[in-house]
Parts: sequence; C-alpha cells; structure tokens
Amino acid sequence: MNELALAAFAAATGTHLVGEPRDRRFAVFVRRFDAASYRETLSRAGVRWYPRTAREFPPLLRSIHDPPPGLFVRGSADVDLLRRPGVAVVGARSCSPYGAQVARMLGRELAAAGLVVVSGLARGVDGEAHRGALEAGGATVGVLGCGVDRDYPAAHRELAARIRESGLVVAEYPPGVEPAPWRFPARNRIIAGLSAATVVVEARERSGALITADLALEEGREVLAVPGEITSALSAGTNDLLRLGATPLTTSKDVFDLFGIEVGPAGDPDLSEDGKQVLARVRDGPAGGDELVRATGLDAGAVATALTELELAGLIAQGEGVYRAN
Amino acid sequence: MLARTITHAVVGLDARRVEVEAHLQRGVPGFSIVGLADRACQEAKHRVRSGITSAELEWPMRRITVNLAPAGLRKEGSGFDLPIALSILVASGQLPRDRLGGHAAVGELGLDGRLRPVGGVLAVAEAARRAGFERLLCAAPSAPEAALGGIEPVPVRHLAEAAAYVRGEAEPEPYASSNGHGPEAEPEPRDLDLADVRGQERARRALEVAAAGGHNLLLAGPPGTGKTMLARRLPGILPPLDAQEALEVTRIQSVAGLLDPERPLVMRRPYRSPHYSASVAAMVGGGPGIRPGEVTLAHRGVLMLDELAEFQRPALEALRQPIEDGEVAVARAAGRAVFPARFQLVATMNLCPCGARGDPAAECSCSPQRLAAFRDKLSRALLDRFDLVLAMPRPRAQELAAGPAEPSGAVRARVESARGKPSAEWAPAAEALLDRAVERVPLSGRGRARTRRVAETLAALASVERIESSHVAEALSYRAPRELESS
Repeated sequence: MNELALAAFAAATGTHLVGEPRDRRFAVFVRRFDAASYRETLSRAGVRWYPRTAREFPPLLRSIHDPPPGLFVRGSADVDLLRRPGVAVVGARSCSPYGAQVARMLGRELAAAGLVVVSGLARGVDGEAHRGALEAGGATVGVLGCGVDRDYPAAHRELAARIRESGLVVAEYPPGVEPAPWRFPARNRIIAGLSAATVVVEARERSGALITADLALEEGREVLAVPGEITSALSAGTNDLLRLGATPLTTSKDVFDLFGIEVGPAGDPDLSEDGKQVLARVRDGPAGGDELVRATGLDAGAVATALTELELAGLIAQGEGVYRAN
Repeated sequence: MLARTITHAVVGLDARRVEVEAHLQRGVPGFSIVGLADRACQEAKHRVRSGITSAELEWPMRRITVNLAPAGLRKEGSGFDLPIALSILVASGQLPRDRLGGHAAVGELGLDGRLRPVGGVLAVAEAARRAGFERLLCAAPSAPEAALGGIEPVPVRHLAEAAAYVRGEAEPEPYASSNGHGPEAEPEPRDLDLADVRGQERARRALEVAAAGGHNLLLAGPPGTGKTMLARRLPGILPPLDAQEALEVTRIQSVAGLLDPERPLVMRRPYRSPHYSASVAAMVGGGPGIRPGEVTLAHRGVLMLDELAEFQRPALEALRQPIEDGEVAVARAAGRAVFPARFQLVATMNLCPCGARGDPAAECSCSPQRLAAFRDKLSRALLDRFDLVLAMPRPRAQELAAGPAEPSGAVRARVESARGKPSAEWAPAAEALLDRAVERVPLSGRGRARTRRVAETLAALASVERIESSHVAEALSYRAPRELESS
C-alpha cells in the first residue's frame, strides 16, 4: 500500500482518507504519482514523512482504530520523541486566567518530569501548555489540523517556531492543506492517539477538547479533568467529564502516579519574610494586589516586591491583576 | 501715499516678521489685501473699515492696497487687523508717520472699533523683542501675556485709543484684570485630590512612581475600578512648572488660544485627554495651517488616553516618535514646524472588548478572534513605551469601605524630593536579579531598560544611594501582564 500517495491524494482532492478508496481516480492518481520527486520536495521544505507501516511511526498512534496513513513531521527533535510517554493537555481556546495558569503549570511540571506534552497549538489552553513545557526546557509536540507547513493560528507562528527548535510539529496532512473546521476533530484523534493520558483543563459543553477526551476513552487511554467552578460555563465540560468518571486532577502528581514517576516534595525556596507572608495569603485563595496590601499590612511597594519574588520562584502566577498560588 | 507697520505672524509656535504696507492711490474706491492672506485675514477688510469709521476716523475714499510681506508666507488669523488699520490711517495722513518706529502691533478689531485679544501674543512679543522692538500695541487683555515676552505692552481697548497714543495725545491706562486684582493674585483652582480615592493601594503607588520618574503609565482593568479617577489625579502630585517650563507651556497655550487672560503665565501642568476618535492630525499636530496637536498641548504635562484600545491604530502609532524624541516635526503644505512634545503618557483600558475580564462577577463574551484583534491593536512597540503597567481587578465592597487616604500634597512632597536625587549606583544583587528576570519573564531589551529606569526611580523615592534587588523586584511587578500581549 502506498501511504504517501494516499496522503497526497487526500490533500489534492480535499478529502480525509485513512484507507485506499476503491475509486478509479485514485488508481489513476497512484499511477501518475512520482513518489521520489514528492519526497524530494518534502525534504527540501524540511518535512519528514513516516508512513504508518514505518518502524518509527509511534505505536500508540498506530493502535487506534483509524490511524492516519502517516505523519508529516517538522522540527529538530528526533522522531523517537513521539514514542516517549506523552500527555495531552487540551482545553478551551478562550480560557479563563485560571485555565491559562493551570495549563502552563501542567505544561511546565509534566515536561520537567520528562513527559512529552502533546497539544494542538491552538490559542488558550493549548498554547499555554506548550509554553509551560518550553519554559521547563522540556519536550513538546504540536499537532496541526492543517498542512504541517501552515502557521495556524497565525498568532502562534512564533510559538510554533520555538516548538520546532526543541520538539516537533506534526500533522497527517501534507504541506499546503488549508485549515478547515471539519479537520479539527480528526486532528484531535491524533492528539489523543499520541498520548497515554489526556488532561482536559477547561472546556465548555460540546467543546473540541471533549472530542479529544472521548477519543482517548474509546482507545482506552487515561482521561483526567481539572475541576473548575460550578458557576463557570468554561468548567461545564470538565465537570461533566468528572461526573462520567474521569480522574480529577488536582496536582501534577495525579499524572505522575499514572506513569509511576516519583517526584520528591519540593520545599519552598528561601523566601523573605514579606514573601512568606504574601504567599500564605495567596494560598488561602486568589487575591488582588490591593487585598494583599490590606491583608498583610505591608505597603504597596513591599507587596509588589514580594509578588515578583514569588512569581520568579514559580510559586504564584498573575492573571488579570489577581494572584493565585501554583 | 505709502505707510508701513510691523507685526509678526505665528508659524507653528514661532512668529515671523510681517510688514503690513498700505498704499492709497487715486481711482475707483476699493480695498484689497494681497500677500497669501487666509480667509480670516481677508475678512479683515470689513472689520478694519467698520472699525475705523466707529473710531470716528475717516475711511479714505481711495483705491487701497494692503500688502502683507513677505508675500510667500501664508498668513492666518485676525491679528493683522490692528496693523492694517494703523497703516491705512498713517497712509491717509490721519496719524503721524514717524511715531510708530520701535513699535509692533497685533490685535483683532471689532466692528465697533474695540480691540480683541488674539492667540499667540507671547510668541509675537518674543519675536518682536528679538527683532529689536521696544513696545507692542495689543488688546488690553493680552498685555500681561505680551509683558511675559519681555516687551513693553501698550494695552489698547479701542482703535481710537490706539490713534490717540500714536498721535502722542494720551498714554493708555495700564491693564488691570476684570476682577480688580492683579493677574497673579488669582488663586489657582484646586487640583483633584488623591484623598478622594479609597483603597487602590497598588495603583496609588504606581501613580506616585510614575510622577516621581516621569514614567508612562498604563492602567488596565474592567470598567468602574477607578482607573480614570486615578489618572486624573496625576497632575496634582507632579511638581509645579519651573519658570522656563511655564513659559514654554504658556507659549503653546497662547498659540492654541487656550490661555486664560486672567492668568497669563500658566503655572499648572497641562492635562489633556482627547477623545478616542482623535485623528493623527489632532494627536500630533497639523491641519490646514500648522496647529499644535494634543501631544504638544500636553507638553510638560500629562496626556491621558482613556480607553486606549479604542483609539485608531494610526493615531496610537503616531505617538511613538514624540514619546521617544520629546518633540514632533509636522510638515504640511503650509510649511513645516517642530513642536515640543515632552509629555507624560497615562492610559487606561479594559482587559477585553466587552470589558468583563478582570471582573469576577461577569463572564467575558469576547470571541478569541475579537480578543486577538483587540490585543493586536496595542502593538508590542506601543506597549513597550509604558514603563509601568498595572492590572486593576474590580475591588470588592469591603475595599471601597477602606478609610480615608493620603492627600495629594503629601505624595507630591515625596515626588519632589525624589526628582532632585542624583542617580544611584547598582548593587550586584540587583543586577543579578535583572539578568535572571530577562530569561525567566522574559524581558525584551527595551523592557530591560524600562525596568532599570523604574528601579532607579524607586531607589530615589526611598531616598537610598544604592539600587537593591527589592527595587528591581518591585519594578518588575509593573510589567505588562500576559493578557495584554497578543498570544
């Protein structure tokens, strides 16, 4: 079976195919297809191609019921990255500051523990998860729902470039395929398929992230959901997953346990007296800067100093002027 | 029969010498003005004619030609009325020829012959003094302003009074402001006071730091958190203008026609808050003539942009050069001018188009695309110009109940003492923290320089000689939050 011709044919006809069609047009296409020159074009564009029959093709992805004909891969990392234990971190594009913070924290902590963070390069949760992994100097894989050469969304051009520096950007579609809404659920099956576990950070009802979770469940992979506020529509999807039996994720340790990773408790680094005081208050619950000034009795300048100290130590994060403990 | 008076035409913020020549000849009676005069200047014909008649002087029934030289310079406005009238009166022999030496004149005539003040008298007076003139005939309310220019004003209320002065019959009475006090006696209206702002400790601190270092400040948060209220109180904690600055501001306000005749010398720092529909020309200056824009009107003061993200992108981008250079060069068909524009920028904005972000009680309804467009509008380059950025979440009820706060006067005292401090040296630990932050945050080159500046201001505010890591840490807390960066 000629997987490369199949992928090129699907791209040329604007269809989604995982198996050879009984179609005269395909037969004609295959006869005319010049695999050598197509490969040549690919390698000139810096794109590698791994058919699903190849040894390098990630076995987890091969085992799903409709694996793609192959993967187009860009990036400087070795393709073996795709065989390492991966965790998908997915969620809403228009996430809340809470969602953004959790996604980045997970990205950072999972990558630091040696797990590969897999996500969809979308805005919101996806982007934050990738950024967190990059922050930790870890490996991350971005899965595109369009041609592997496309910068989609355009705002993530730079992020995608940074991912390619140390990780991989992959897609089942060859260069040139434009993004289309119907391709994204197909992309989600690859995210779920590449990962041993899927974490949903924030999702509305009927969110794309829930499709990823469903696909993961169908393949018998682990699904975790981050509990959210019951009053927030952005948490409706994740809270539904929890009701259906997904594992609640409250710390990265919940993921580590699945992989049998032992992480020693990290003691708080040396903090100033002001820093300790501010941290204690933030750990009680999210607080704005002015609340911290009043709760600690410190002046605004001292609180600002302490907040930066805690932020640089990775103990708290700010979103929309509100500080939360990591 | 030819006569000549001298006046000065305002070009940008400077004044150029203009000779007003009047020539009377035999022929069909008529009146024409030549020499690139604009509409207001052409209409001088009617005002001068009625003015001369109302002053019980005679309108010469001759063919009158008035030339405004140099003919290549575009002349605007109504300040030429008085010199035109004087030239005609001299040319027709109603005033002596030799008495106007050493005098310049400026002023608009009413139909009843009364003299009205015009804008830019300070610039005219300064130019006249530089050109060696000793006295300036001007409308009485303009006299204090002319005196600031270092020239002796001749305050005239009516054309008849001017004629009497030129004939040597009477010296006009000195000008006293309408409320009977000298111009200096008038107390300045009180600035808005910071004591009215409850809570908002972090924003108050940021405002104080901004004032102490002349830093640009951006306040971001949902509507109703007091962003505008705080920004309006910045002029009140800035040190007063020094003599040189006061003259600069007065010159600008005089040309823009914003000067209060009761208070000729501007002592208050200007506060300009243009509406977000402002065009590029309104912002940096321009128009058919060359008028100073908001950046110049805010010179030595505060330019406040409320709802920053609502401004047109070109108008915002046009701000970058004046922020960097402290002046703005405006080129138009009418000529070219360089306006001073050393202002402090304060801006407020919501965290998203619908305004709900940062408000725990509301849910943002903005689509990701709309949000991205909103953030893209604030280019990295513009956001980088704000030394201090503070996200202000909505305060809770208990915070509003906070006790009365420190008044502006106390804050201003600290600001003034910090402004005089020499620059401090850097402790090694502070440098190390900054290096670490550049990698961790991450910080651009401009962001790094910005953090350094703010840290220096913080040390000056604390009256210490060394910049410690605590100052750098506080400075880092005023950087743009991720939500405002396009992601």
